[in-house]
This record gives sequence, structure tokens and C-alpha cells, in this order.
Amino acid sequence: MKPEVDNDICMHCGACVGTCPVNAIFLKEVSVEISDDCAECGLCVKACPVAALKGGI
Amino acid sequence: MLVSEGDVLEYDVVVVGGGPTGSTTARFAARQGADVLVLEKRQEIGSPVRCGEGVSLTWLDELEIDDYKKWTSQKVVGARLYSPAGNTLEITEKMAGDEVGVVCERDIFDKEMANLAAREGADFMVKTSALGLIKDDGMIKGVKARSMGKNFEIHSDIVVGADGFESQVGRWAGLYGAISPNDIMTCFQYRMADIEFDSRYTHFFLGSTAPGGYVWVFPKGEGIANVGLGIQVSRLDGSKTPKDYLDEFISSRKEFEDGEAIDMVAGAVSVAPPAEKTTTDGLILVGDAARVVDPMTGGGIVNGLKQAKIAGEVIGECIEEGRFDDEFLQLYEKRWRDRLENKLWRNYMAKEKAMTLDDKTFDKVIDALSDLGLEKMSVGAILEGVYERYPELIKEFEDML
Repeated sequence: MKPEVDNDICMHCGACVGTCPVNAIFLKEVSVEISDDCAECGLCVKACPVAALKGGI
Repeated sequence: MLVSEGDVLEYDVVVVGGGPTGSTTARFAARQGADVLVLEKRQEIGSPVRCGEGVSLTWLDELEIDDYKKWTSQKVVGARLYSPAGNTLEITEKMAGDEVGVVCERDIFDKEMANLAAREGADFMVKTSALGLIKDDGMIKGVKARSMGKNFEIHSDIVVGADGFESQVGRWAGLYGAISPNDIMTCFQYRMADIEFDSRYTHFFLGSTAPGGYVWVFPKGEGIANVGLGIQVSRLDGSKTPKDYLDEFISSRKEFEDGEAIDMVAGAVSVAPPAEKTTTDGLILVGDAARVVDPMTGGGIVNGLKQAKIAGEVIGECIEEGRFDDEFLQLYEKRWRDRLENKLWRNYMAKEKAMTLDDKTFDKVIDALSDLGLEKMSVGAILEGVYERYPELIKEFEDML
């Protein structure tokens, strides 16, 4: 399962985007999207400064 | 600038990213006569701020910046470093009352860098995202973009990736893949009002309070400061976030007893070695996207600006010669590496070492350094002090000092 983004918590900072090893996360203007390229490594979940990403490990 | 669906714009240079390095590359390229367009995906250059905002002033002449006061929030005369047990090292420069650095207003700073570029003739488009690179016969010849719901193309002789930590351009160009989690700091910061810290100093708290990184308190005026931290991603196990670590630090210290958080900032920064390759046919990378953030401090502005000036000047030469191939772009690669790379590697080695130190060692080192009376606020000066007292800590890279 790829992680889910809680957009109530997400600050759109891009920490997960730059951390993602397979470039599967995209920063949109008011949201973050994770594509099906997600390798389910969980690094973005760790990198999130505010725990807005859940699951995915 | 108005664009319609399917438009094709023609420029010499398209810069992806309207941060300080993007604008500064544009500024120096435009000065050499290049037609330059800068794309910024956000609706406002400089906002939202993702920065601790502390910056030195040693680079102003090189970058031809004459008025730093318009983006200065608070002048700083020195730094205080705190070990986990509370040992303190104060570093002040004895330079006739001069400030050694400032805490800036990044949103104003970024807009000023853009203003300087615009005055040299660069064009800007905000709320405009790059969607991908246009390739023709192996050369990168522009970008696909989207602005206000319209898809369009910009055809150019050279593309500049100035799109920061989360650079898409660098990945699209195949210049690098993932960064090691050891080399990523994930950061969280509050602007705290009604706190008690000496506003003439920047404050750094070392040790396990921020694993692999540090806590900063950068004053924005009397009783108000950016209070933040960075933590190495590989040290996080998912049980605590950077925000949790910062909340714990703040509630543990009496200086914040009456404090109120009036904003929140999140972000990440690479503390990696510089990218092995920052050019390809028709494309260069600058700034955080080229991984030139200082690995020891996490500061990206100064290296980025120095590199951006070189980028802009080389682009001028490219246009003059009509050469945009990777072989010609080695001029850029060589010039910025000659200027910045030794110190980047030294500080990378220092960071790698600092990350292995336990709290007791930080206590010991800060204590020993405070006796030395350091008078220069730089990573190099601190490392030389450490070398004097604890040469074994520096042994692996002593030849880089």
C-alpha cells in the first residue's frame, strides 16, 4: 500500500518529494499526490516533519 | 505574461525555479544579453518561507549586492553554541562593531533577487509549473509548462534547474537519483514570540536533542525568533516527528515559558556531497538542486548564489559561442567546483564525523573550545579549534583544513 496523505496536516513543504527514491511524489499547488510508481519504502513517511503521511511501510 | 493553450514561447534560457539561485542565474545571464524566462510554480516568489533565515554577509561584494538592510530583520554580532549539558561557546568577531551576519526576511530577500534579475531584463512567470523537458536529438531544448490552467511550451537553448531540494529537473535529466536518508535533514520551525534569548546572537543547540542535526534560535527582533531543528532522516523510526522533537525542546526550556508560536515552517534540505554532475547537453543545475547546501550548517543561500553567478556568466559565454553541449558546459562545472567544492567536501566530512559524536563528547568539545576564545564565526574556524584540542576527531580529514 502506498502511503496516504492527510491534507489537513500536510504543509506542502516538499520533504517527502525530495526524499522519495523513485520520484513518485508530486507537489501540487494545494495537495501532494503519490503515484503508482510508489515502491512502498516508507522513507517519505519518516521524512515528513509533521506526520501527514500514514501507512506505506 | 499571458499565454494560451498550446503556445510556444522562444527564449535563450529558461530557469525552473524563482528562488534566489534561479533569479541570480537569470540576473547574470540577462546581463550578458541573454533572453531569460524564470518559471515559479508558486503564486508568490519568496512565499511560503522555508528557511531559518540566518545568513552571513561575507558574499555581498561578490554578488554585487549593495543594500542588505532592505531584507534584514535582525543584525547579529556572534553565535552561541550549547552542548547538551549546557556548556556554552560564544563566538564573536572583533571587527569594529560590525555585524557578522543577519537574520533575514527571506520573502523580501527572494523578491529582491528577482527584482535585480528583472532589472537586467529577465522575464518572470509565477504560478507556472514545469511539467517536463523537451528533448530534440539528445539535446534538451526547453520545457513543457502549465500556467493558470493553460499548457504551453518554452523552447530554449539551455534549461536551468533551480528547483531546490525536491528538484524534478535534475531527475528528469537523469543527473541523479535518490539522496541517501543519511544525507537528508528534515526540518520543522516555529516563529516564537515573547521568548527570552539574547537577540544579538544566533543560538545553536547540539546533541541528541536533534539527532544528526541541531536546534537553532535565530532572532527576528527583541523577544522573537525562528526556533527550529533539523533531524537526519535515517535517525527517525516513525515514532516521533521533527515537530515532536521541537515541541519537547521548547517545553524543556524556561526561555520559552511565555512563548507563543505565531507561524510554522516545514521542509527538508540535503546535506549530501555536491552532485557528481551538474550539466548535460542543454541543461545545468544550480543551488539546492545541484546539492551545494553546506553539509555542516544546512545553509544553502550563499553557496547557491555564488554558483548562480558563475552559471549566469557561463551561459553568456555559451550564447556568444553558440555552444550549449555538455562538453562546452564543463566550463561551468569546473568554475563552480574550483570555487566551492573543497569546502563542501571538508564540511561533508566534518558533518559525517559530527553525526557520530555522543552528548558527552559534545560537552567536552564545547567546553574545550570555549577556552580558546574563537574570534571567527565559521565552520573552518571551529574545526581548527577542534583540531587544536582534539586532533583525533579531525584526523580523517585533517589535510582538508
